Amino acid sequence: MIRLESIAWRAGAFGLENVSFTVPSGSYGVLMGRTGGGKTTLLEIICGLRHPTAGRVWLGERDVTALAPGARGLGYVPQDGALFPTMTVREQLGFALRLRHRPADEIARRVHELADQLSVAPLLDRRPDGLSGGERQRVALGRALAARPQVLLLDEPLSALDDDTREPLADLLHRVQRETAVTVLHITHQRSEADRLADNLFHLESGRVIGSPARADV
Amino acid sequence: MRSLRFDPLWLVLGVITGAYLLFLLAMLGATAAHSSPGDLFRALHAREIRYAIGLSLATCTATALLSLFLAVPVGYLLARGQFPGKPWLDAALDIPIVLPPMVVGLCLLILFQTPFGRAVERVLPFTYTIAGVVLAQFVIGAAFAVRTMRGTFDQLSSRPEEVAMTLGCSRARAVWLVTLPAARRGMFAAASIAWARSLGEFGPILVFAGATRMKTEVLPTTVWLELSVGNLEAAIAVSMLMVALAVVVLVAVRLAGERV
Repeated sequence: MIRLESIAWRAGAFGLENVSFTVPSGSYGVLMGRTGGGKTTLLEIICGLRHPTAGRVWLGERDVTALAPGARGLGYVPQDGALFPTMTVREQLGFALRLRHRPADEIARRVHELADQLSVAPLLDRRPDGLSGGERQRVALGRALAARPQVLLLDEPLSALDDDTREPLADLLHRVQRETAVTVLHITHQRSEADRLADNLFHLESGRVIGSPARADV
Repeated sequence: MRSLRFDPLWLVLGVITGAYLLFLLAMLGATAAHSSPGDLFRALHAREIRYAIGLSLATCTATALLSLFLAVPVGYLLARGQFPGKPWLDAALDIPIVLPPMVVGLCLLILFQTPFGRAVERVLPFTYTIAGVVLAQFVIGAAFAVRTMRGTFDQLSSRPEEVAMTLGCSRARAVWLVTLPAARRGMFAAASIAWARSLGEFGPILVFAGATRMKTEVLPTTVWLELSVGNLEAAIAVSMLMVALAVVVLVAVRLAGERV
């Protein structure tokens, strides 16, 4: 579950006010809003990369508002993937587990499992500059999922892709969420993406979030 | 009708650039023509000059490494940090670049006459010593290294570092594992620039560390000492050696692929 309680944030004239919404455990939440409307800021607040001026962030049953980003147990995929520039795909996928001092054979198993799930097995020894946009996003997704987080945050994961790549990646996001039962918050400005993926849809307008009830077909 | 493919502006720009390049090459060519391999070998044979070469290479390398140790944290702070007074700090770090070199030497000399300076000198003497040569080179070399590292970190997105933090890294560990490996070309460029600046440093060294043969004599000091006794051949030979070293550094930086 991702629950925001009365989150506020301000920088100059721009701000978020009294933002509250809940993405239930194991569901796919989509937050829509215009470009520059504060969607990314809200995601950064959930990650712990920005501190809200007021309000609380709950992940599962834990109040994580005061926790460091790495202690929140989440996976984050920024807009352009933001892969580590000098690491191979294999190193990126194993990064979170290496930080946790997992044994080498466990890391290797998990890397291959993710590589198969996300169809990046042939790319394991490449670096980011040898990958296409869609491949980068899949690797970024695998890197975020490696330590089996409860929560996955996706910042416009499909917006920089061409039509041919967008469709399969949208299918992949849907499939991965169903297989792992991870709670997803996906932000986008595209209605079609939201309609296709969302179990729960929210709108960010003028610094406030308006929720819609869970879709009937879920 | 004017051709769409050729604009006379390009011709004018080409002539200006060509003339400037020709001037630089003529300057170096004339100096080289004034010397001969024999002069160079004779100069290299002199014990004092061999000492100066060794001291220059050793002090420049020490200065480059020290500059890098300073430039990486300061450059990172300037590129990523948001704090009051940042524009002032940014401007203050350029002071060594805009100060006249002799003034830098004089300021160092006076600093080490203060109670603080005297206390430091009781532990590690700087005035008129090799450590003083390194410190004089460091004041200016480090300022250039800081500029280069700041530019490097400015060009690197902070996003990968932030992702590493969400995966379990502290900020320091994210910088170590993600940002520094990505900044390695910039680090090489920063160290090279500090090294090259230090090789040519003369004014502050003369004032602060002196020009004592077999003690604090570096290559620019040699050129000055040889010129002052009328030994033009040795001065030119040592100058050409410094030109060669500078060219090696320039090529190395360019090959490292970092715009400086």
